[in-house]
Amino acid sequence: MSPFWLSLKLAFWTTVLLVPIGLLIGRVLAYKKFTGKAWLEALVYLPLVLPPTVLGYYLLVSLSPNNAFGGALASLLGAPLVFSFEALVLSSLIVNLPFAVQPAQQAFAAIAQDTREAAWVSGLSPWQTFVRIELPQCWLGILCAATLTFAHTLGEFGVVLMVGGNIEGETRTLSIAIYDSVQAFDMQSAGIMTTSLLLFSLLALFVVRVAGMRSYRDR
Amino acid sequence: MIASSPSLSVELKQKDPIFLDVSLRCGSGELLALTGPSGSGKTTVLRAIAGLHRVESGSIKCKEQLWQDDKQPLFLTPQQRRVGLVFQHYALFPHFNVLDNVIAAMTHVPRKMRVGKAMEWLKLTNMDGLHKQRPDRLSGGQRQRVALARALAREPQALLLDEPFSAVDQLTREKLYRELAQIRTQLDVPMVLVTHDMLEVQQLADSLCLIHHGRTLQSGPMSHVMRKPDTARIARLLGHKNLYTGIYSNDGVEGVLKVLGIQITISAQPSLKNGAVSVLIEPSAIIMHRGDRPSHGERENPVATVVVEAVELGDDLSLRLMVDATQELLAFRVSRHVAVRNKVEIDGHLTVSILSEGVHAMAMDENDPKKVL
Repeated sequence: MSPFWLSLKLAFWTTVLLVPIGLLIGRVLAYKKFTGKAWLEALVYLPLVLPPTVLGYYLLVSLSPNNAFGGALASLLGAPLVFSFEALVLSSLIVNLPFAVQPAQQAFAAIAQDTREAAWVSGLSPWQTFVRIELPQCWLGILCAATLTFAHTLGEFGVVLMVGGNIEGETRTLSIAIYDSVQAFDMQSAGIMTTSLLLFSLLALFVVRVAGMRSYRDR
Repeated sequence: MIASSPSLSVELKQKDPIFLDVSLRCGSGELLALTGPSGSGKTTVLRAIAGLHRVESGSIKCKEQLWQDDKQPLFLTPQQRRVGLVFQHYALFPHFNVLDNVIAAMTHVPRKMRVGKAMEWLKLTNMDGLHKQRPDRLSGGQRQRVALARALAREPQALLLDEPFSAVDQLTREKLYRELAQIRTQLDVPMVLVTHDMLEVQQLADSLCLIHHGRTLQSGPMSHVMRKPDTARIARLLGHKNLYTGIYSNDGVEGVLKVLGIQITISAQPSLKNGAVSVLIEPSAIIMHRGDRPSHGERENPVATVVVEAVELGDDLSLRLMVDATQELLAFRVSRHVAVRNKVEIDGHLTVSILSEGVHAMAMDENDPKKVL
């Protein structure tokens, strides 16, 4: 698989798996009060400030078959997780957590509390309130979370290199391929790949901005 | 249209997050005004009745169904209570149109019948022509009508109104008062209205429960509580201005009250001890003497005063008079044309009569921080 399609595949699976997780954590952070909430928030937003190589190092060590957790995982899956596409997905989920959680948390927090309470006294169950009242009101946050996660995964480099290595067709993503091309002085290939990444990222952010403006205008 | 004949009894006690020691009763078809200053706990009580807030201990019973009882313990969720709640800021679902907002509260109605019944509720609240509009296209008054239709569509066992008129302008408020007064004639459920507007209370309520710092100070029929508050503190919280200290004596047949430098004979009040009392004089019991025909009749309780303030309020003139004998202030309103005809002017002399029916004596409240009036 070419680096471009591999990156798209990684971004797709990360987005599909992470957006529901981001919604769940974002909703908990927006509505619930509990001991240790500040610690949970700090943990979720840690990837924003931590160098990707540091995160990559910890993931590499913990997934290694030489330790208890990685060994158990390897015997469960039949093969070590490191240097595989699944390892890339797992590391992408962790690295992109803040990009999925923050928009969702803000979107849920923006829903007026009395609107949710009105749903409850109207007879809607908590699940019906979530599906019929909350989700339609935070669609922009969901779109934003999905777009940011997708775009950020496409550009992932440090963690991907540490956990996945550079195996052609398996873990060589677009950003690693760009790095390889530059190392090999193949500036033409690097240029094409960087331009495609640049345009895609720009388009993604444009979509989010337009949706945001439309949502603001409709209020 | 509404579940028949429930009545509501509420006993709530808690220390945190705000102190509550509230007791109230409301019969079917009765509108109880829950009033008190800001921060007194009115909305918390309403939320507790709706099941949105769980108090430390207490019981809530509607009709014969217990909604909360800490002895069992039992706590029904808002979904299980069948409550209609109208929020201060409407709380409409912004992504639904008017019709869908009402239908959302009809989960108990078979799906096929929902649209037809929702249109009936909208017709009742004069919103049937706007059923396809989104809430953001509606005025404040229209939004509150939709909120009321949604609350009624739940076919509630109790209707709760949380300062429903505070977010709309005065003209709309007057219209909504009339509409609510009409709609409530068709309702056979207890209705609790949270408000701090005493005019609203007097126009809409049958009964009144006054709470302050989370505690019930007095409750009962609206006109009784308004005219016969238990203490001067309650009278002040109800918005009364003409409060004085007087001397009460009871000769066994009648009560005699010395206040504002005159003696007023009132019906004997066995609960009052002879001595210092607090005195409330209702503005409606103050009658202005005609300038061209002064009266000095003994039964009219005449009081000589000087006008110290005269403020035009619409068709009325709000007057503050300084009583010659005691230098205390007396406030009341007269029609502007009456004031003009009698040449009422600041620093002018004016004699008024105090009708004894509008004079109410209360025991001095030792805990009242403003005991000296």
